Amino acid sequence: MNNCILEMKGIKKYFYGVKALDGVDFKIKTGEVHALIGENGAGKSTLVKILAGVYQPNAGTIILNDKPVQFPSPQISQQAGISAIHQEATMFPELSVTENIFIGHHIRNKSNGLLSWREMKDKTQALLNRLELDIHPDTKVKNLSVAQRHMVEVAKALSLNAKIVIMDEPTSALTLKEVEYLYKIIRKLKSENKAVIFISHKFEEIFEIADYFTVLRDGKYIGEGKMADVTMDEIIQMVIGRNLEHMYPKIEAEQGNTILKVKNLNKIGFFKDISFELHQGEILGFFGLVGAGRTEVMQTIFGIEALTSGEVFINGKKVNIANPSEAMNYGLAYIPEDRQLQGTILKMNIKENVTLSIINKISRYFFLNKEKELKITEQYGKQIEIKASSWHQLVEDLSGGNQQKVVLAKWIATKPRILIMDEPTKGIDVATKATVHNIISELAKQGIAIILVSSELPEILGMSNNIIVMHEGAITTKFTRDKANSENIIKAAIGSILS
Amino acid sequence: MLVLPQKREFNFFIFIILIIFIISLRTPSFLDINNFMDILNDTAILSMVAIGQLMIIVTGGIDLSVDASLALTGMSVALLNQHYPEIPIFIIILISITMGLLLGSINGLLVSQAKIPPIITTLGTMSIYRGLVFVICKGTWVSAHEMTEAFREFPRRSFLGISNLIFIAILIIVLFLIFLSLTKTGREIYGVGGNKTAAQYVGINLNKINYLVFTLCGGITGLAGFLWVARYAAAQSETAIGFNLQTIAACVIGGVSITGGSGTVIGVVLGAFFIGIVYDSLTMINVSPFWQMAIQGFIILFAIIINTIMDKRNQQLLLRKRSFNE
Repeated sequence: MNNCILEMKGIKKYFYGVKALDGVDFKIKTGEVHALIGENGAGKSTLVKILAGVYQPNAGTIILNDKPVQFPSPQISQQAGISAIHQEATMFPELSVTENIFIGHHIRNKSNGLLSWREMKDKTQALLNRLELDIHPDTKVKNLSVAQRHMVEVAKALSLNAKIVIMDEPTSALTLKEVEYLYKIIRKLKSENKAVIFISHKFEEIFEIADYFTVLRDGKYIGEGKMADVTMDEIIQMVIGRNLEHMYPKIEAEQGNTILKVKNLNKIGFFKDISFELHQGEILGFFGLVGAGRTEVMQTIFGIEALTSGEVFINGKKVNIANPSEAMNYGLAYIPEDRQLQGTILKMNIKENVTLSIINKISRYFFLNKEKELKITEQYGKQIEIKASSWHQLVEDLSGGNQQKVVLAKWIATKPRILIMDEPTKGIDVATKATVHNIISELAKQGIAIILVSSELPEILGMSNNIIVMHEGAITTKFTRDKANSENIIKAAIGSILS
Repeated sequence: MLVLPQKREFNFFIFIILIIFIISLRTPSFLDINNFMDILNDTAILSMVAIGQLMIIVTGGIDLSVDASLALTGMSVALLNQHYPEIPIFIIILISITMGLLLGSINGLLVSQAKIPPIITTLGTMSIYRGLVFVICKGTWVSAHEMTEAFREFPRRSFLGISNLIFIAILIIVLFLIFLSLTKTGREIYGVGGNKTAAQYVGINLNKINYLVFTLCGGITGLAGFLWVARYAAAQSETAIGFNLQTIAACVIGGVSITGGSGTVIGVVLGAFFIGIVYDSLTMINVSPFWQMAIQGFIILFAIIINTIMDKRNQQLLLRKRSFNE
């Protein structure tokens, strides 16, 4: 009936009641490079993880070679011929290329049951030759470049005899030349009749390499088609296409004096020549692709990372911030991107987390003032609408959205004058997102200067007074709100216009 | 208002009561008040040092050198007492604490400034400190008759039926109970162990905390060194060998997460007490000394497994409750 090797129908996936996927359809043919397109949080990774056996869908069917299948574990998915190459290469740096390729499916000598390294090495060499890679099988993976590691992962996929290869943002850490090289490999896979699922934020890449596309948005299937039949504008329309007004309450805040001025900030290998000004009551959006250097700029300003050169002024005075505690003394607050790794202390309860940033304010001499602690937690917890059974509840038992609110409360409790937020709504549900947006607007109205780093275009467009776009460590464009639209921002972010 | 970690300690307390009940069925004299005081005296030093160990484990570290630094301070003050019997006992106590703080701060400096992982650092200093014991005693003992009576009798001397040893242990327990749960530095220690990056981002000085916990543990260990040699009325080059593992066992049995971030003083004290009961009861019910060590290990593992299972069940209950709520 059709020549699809894989078909996914009506896939649904919930996390604690939040819909990550809501009836998504996806199909792919052999010898096809299929781009899976969508914003952060659209559900691409969730879909791919279901295919790889990492997550189990709550509803829907997967049909492989015309037969319905289930992937209860990654091993079973692998055995069925699906290989996933993740964004961050999941390899063993201290092991050789051969060992990495054959880990989990070693070849044994039939007569004595011992591992047959000779045979594995020969096979590795054959795979590397097939991919035209100039790598020795004995090389330790830690000595390979990021691109080479991806190639080794491709070789591993081939060694597993994969029919479907998933590539989740394989190019995010690659240089242009390496990307070309990856394209070559992808075309090679295509010529060998493999199906390739290609996930990328970079639309130019998708047009370069993909034959077919599927667009997801907010966990829903939006559409599909041949790449040849669409323009970039049409794709962008499908990816964004929603009413921005609802989610993003526009509260016009009075913009005051310049509070933060950054001049020619440099950090070798991360960003160059970053200059901007931030005013009281302003929301300054920072947009860019993953790896554009926005987080590094913010961490440098906050004193987590050291800068190579450049100047930072607060209220017109030059400052040298060496660590976060000095930054906090200047009225800065930084809400990090990864709340689990950098934001919360999961084993502590809500009240201990919220007050950790103001521990000096809630203690007299050495002793904590538990009443004050509870009062402050209550004040900010209510303001930010943290939903919990009690302020003594452990943070690890909260939902992702509520954990993020705890992080917000923690930093707002420091009463900052400059608040830097790095992806404040990443991975949280729509309702919480709207709450967070409301809080951001409210804070700006109170005169707090806010830097909003976000990879979500609608959020940047809906919230910011001014927008700075970064590409590969440099500022490409600055927009005021009225001049910005999704098209020119995306173009600036992928580096196709330089002003 | 009932908080989960406290519930865990309560469960463990019930478990201990149960064990005591079972043992006393077989050996009624186990419940004798004198026997009980013996157990308390035996576990006093263990609970003190285990609290020092607790602070280090909470930050994600470990201290393998506690037994060696205990022996080194113990031997030093014993020699001091032998050669200068006129030095009053409270000066001896001060010296043992100071020396412990010093030994601990060497660990602390190596971990926080030289950035050597705690397990490696303390493995090294364990050998050095133990080696120094041999150096200063030249392979000989300081035995009971070479110590002054004030020195030897200090731990045993009692007031209202409570020995100095138990009294000091209670003092340390209360002091660190307050320190860890009611002061900002205590809070910071848990913060660093729970999530280093998040703690750093709120301006907590990681190096300071790492240095502090090793130093404090050293101080307690130094004091314990004096109490040990005085109580057993002997300072040897092999004093307390293997005691480091007991302090770690007391922590783990008491529910301290070996990866850092959680654990309470009460839990650790119960853990130490449990170990004390096991040691005492095995002797009481006439288990062959050849078997004792193996059985001790088995019982300790058993307690930890029970703990882990109860923890898992609690979490599953919680997960179910959470998905139900949402």
